[in-house]
Amino acid sequence: MKRHGIAFKLTTLTLSCAFIILAAIVGYNYYCSRDVILRQSEENSRLLAHQTTSSIDAVLSSVEKVAQNIAFSLEDATLTKEEILDLNRRVISNNPEIYGMAIAFEPYFLDKEKLYFAPYHYRSAGRISFSMLGSPSYRYFYMDWYQIPKELERAVWTEPYNDEGGGGVTMATYTVPFFRTVNGKRVFAGVVTADISLEWLEDMISHISIFDTGYAFLLSRHGTFITHPDRNLIMNETIFTLAEESKSEQLRKIGQDMLGGDNSFVLLEDVAGKGERYLYHARLKYGGWALGIIFPKAEMFADVTRLSRIMTLIGLAGFALLVGVIILIARRITTPLTKLSGAAHEIASGNLDLKLPEITSNDEVGDLAQSFTYMKNSLKEFIRDLTSTTAAKERIESELRIARDIQMGILPKLFPAFPERDEFEVFASIEPAKEVGGDLYDFFFVDEDHFCFLVGDVSGKGVPAAFFMAVTKTLLKVVSERGLDPGEVLTKVNADLATDNESCMFVTLFLAIIDIHTGETRYANAGHNPPIHIPETGKPEWIPPLGDPVAGIMEDMEYTTKSLTLTPGDILFIYTDGVTEAMDPAQKLYSEERLMEHVETMNKPSAPELVKDLDTSIKKFTLGAEQSDDITMLAFQFNGEQDK
Amino acid sequence: MISMQRITQLLLLSVLGICITAAPSLALEKKSIILQWLPQAQFAGFYMAKDKGFYEEAGIDLTIISGGPDVLASEYLEAGKADFATMFLSTGLQRRGTLPIVNIGQIVQHSALMLITKTSSNIKSVEDLRGKKVGLWANEFQMQARALFKRKGIPVTIVPQSDSLDLFMRNGVQAASGMWYNEYHTLLSYGLDKNELRTFSFSDYGLDFPEDGIYCLEKTANTYPELCEALVQATIRGWMYAFNHPEEALDSVLRRMKKSGTPANRAHQRWMLKRMEDIIVTDKVPAMGVLNKKDFQRVRNALIETGFLNNVPLFPEFYRGPVR
Repeated sequence: MKRHGIAFKLTTLTLSCAFIILAAIVGYNYYCSRDVILRQSEENSRLLAHQTTSSIDAVLSSVEKVAQNIAFSLEDATLTKEEILDLNRRVISNNPEIYGMAIAFEPYFLDKEKLYFAPYHYRSAGRISFSMLGSPSYRYFYMDWYQIPKELERAVWTEPYNDEGGGGVTMATYTVPFFRTVNGKRVFAGVVTADISLEWLEDMISHISIFDTGYAFLLSRHGTFITHPDRNLIMNETIFTLAEESKSEQLRKIGQDMLGGDNSFVLLEDVAGKGERYLYHARLKYGGWALGIIFPKAEMFADVTRLSRIMTLIGLAGFALLVGVIILIARRITTPLTKLSGAAHEIASGNLDLKLPEITSNDEVGDLAQSFTYMKNSLKEFIRDLTSTTAAKERIESELRIARDIQMGILPKLFPAFPERDEFEVFASIEPAKEVGGDLYDFFFVDEDHFCFLVGDVSGKGVPAAFFMAVTKTLLKVVSERGLDPGEVLTKVNADLATDNESCMFVTLFLAIIDIHTGETRYANAGHNPPIHIPETGKPEWIPPLGDPVAGIMEDMEYTTKSLTLTPGDILFIYTDGVTEAMDPAQKLYSEERLMEHVETMNKPSAPELVKDLDTSIKKFTLGAEQSDDITMLAFQFNGEQDK
Repeated sequence: MISMQRITQLLLLSVLGICITAAPSLALEKKSIILQWLPQAQFAGFYMAKDKGFYEEAGIDLTIISGGPDVLASEYLEAGKADFATMFLSTGLQRRGTLPIVNIGQIVQHSALMLITKTSSNIKSVEDLRGKKVGLWANEFQMQARALFKRKGIPVTIVPQSDSLDLFMRNGVQAASGMWYNEYHTLLSYGLDKNELRTFSFSDYGLDFPEDGIYCLEKTANTYPELCEALVQATIRGWMYAFNHPEEALDSVLRRMKKSGTPANRAHQRWMLKRMEDIIVTDKVPAMGVLNKKDFQRVRNALIETGFLNNVPLFPEFYRGPVR
């Protein structure tokens, strides 16, 4: 998985949103504008078509009126040929929009001798010319302009035609039948025609230009092009032949709709690569003609397309700007963060003297930087304190260690302590706790025959306890060597300790002096754990306490002395409460019972065996749990007189 | 089928062509032909034979004259204004009564003439024309219609038909005359759909009159029999070329139409050329240009029956064209 930074996420998300918004605005604008333009174009084309058809209709209508009036006058049977010719000429001279007019009669109608009577006045080279129509090669009765009104008995506009005489001008003829009453019956007498040139139509319609290539065209009743920008189409093609050549069914359908009289606005499919175009078509009132107005779609929407393009460009420019700004903002946030992050790494690796990057921005990042500086300074101070504290502590600890070594050094450690003596064996061990403790033991000859051994436990821990222990040990040795009873020794030592003992420390002591010849043992106990007497044979048993208090509290205490006799092989085992109060990880005590039980299971151990075995047993019990007190054990085995 | 047949025809033609070109042609004979109507695809074969030099290869320097409403082909023959003319078989037979002309090759084997009605006028059979106004052209174009109405005993009101279909379009007549290759398509190009029109082809009523054929005075046929044959064969080559290269033929036709100022559009001429192929290339005769005796007799009988003809030429006298 690739990791993306804040700058990337911020940029991507914001820009995606911005892009969607931009696209939506441009798209919506484009379609709405198109719609508006389409509606406007339709409306405009409707108006344009209406104007155009109205002005064409106005001309056609005026021509129709003239022809109809003449036809009406011709119903008067009293008109002479001359009057008819005159009428014909006057119409042409008075109606400049009319190119020519024929008044054609039915065969033999006016004159029983004459098959043809059809005067025709027309404009030619700026003057009014005259001719009589009708000849074997021009039998006008079979011409559309004559035949259609006759057969339909109503006025019609003929299909436009190219007038060969008139210089190829496209003409259209309005032709009105007229009737006369013959023998009381109303019969068809002939037609009046008014020819108009369609040149003006071409002019008018070719002036309609829409956008660049839009145009208008006029279709005859049967779909023939009367006007079209492409002059090749005029009078040659119909909209249907165009459709056939371009194989466009749609165009054919539209042609039928146009001539069918529908006015509508339709989208033309792409014919002959001209692109899609809109067509508005409307039918004229007269002549059955239809007007079509073509709007090239691309040009129609050119403005919208341009607008949309510009909007897109502006949008893209804005987008680019936004990209820049967002990247800038993101950088302004992430650059200090990156710096801070680097600095944090440096700090973490211990370089608290690192100069933090200077960040002055007045915002959350600035706050973070300040917090960072504060944190760094606090950390530095703290670590400085910690360093000095640790140094002090280490010094103290090392001094303590030395003190301890000294303390331990004053205890006899060399075993066998009296290898030259066979009468007894003494073995002791001290397992110091982590803290300096106050356990002590000692053994020495008081005189030639008497051997003193003792175990003590100073209350409390630490340096005071160590000092107290050292004092106690020294005192004990000094006092014991005076040859006093154990009780007297303790009394004396107690008195010395209690004097000026302002810190109220105390010590429990068990002290025994044995006559190494007889095995008679006198002992005193100052509040110490009861030792165990392990006879050579028989059960081991506790040496009951004498009820004397601990030493060092009260100056005037008297300690009693008791005695017992050891037989050879007996062991006297003295220990401190570090043994019975040794704890396993579940805080269970080793206990006196367990101690006794263990001692009972042993079979005639030697003194070192006993101590070492117990030590093993205790270690097994505590399972490595931290030792809270010194564990001190001393075993004295009496062997009696040995023969040398 | 058609193409196989056409190949054999082409082979035949090329053999003929080789024969003709092999013949020593010292100088080209200057001759002229009048086609019975204005330029249109009805004569595409003549134009192509001219344009592609088939007439020259046949030793003829042929001038093509266009007919029209005011130009009668037979009159040009009579007046010596043209050496050859195209005419309907019925026209040829009729003119034979007053002018010694012979048919030297029959191009169009069938009749394309028909009566056209609008389905909206509800005329479902020829009988339904009873009492209706029917537009008929003059002269030879009336013969089949009159024969049909006479045979069936149907009285109709005949209205002389101009060269426009305006009256029919405006329902001034209920039926109009038309050529399948021409007016029928004109109506389609006025926006009428095929299903809006119902046609009655005379060929379906025992009146299948072969139309365009090449004619000349008997004298010409007697004097230049080889030239007559070469002219017909070159014309047939021209037709085959036109059918195989329709766009080129249409270009040629349209060029001539524009030159003569005739309203022209390609769609219409394309239709006409296709239909000409239908009525010229027929499986009834093995080679083109042949007048079938049976066709001759059918036309002759119908003309006698309707009174258009009483002095009837014999087939061998009248026909000098190729035999199958």
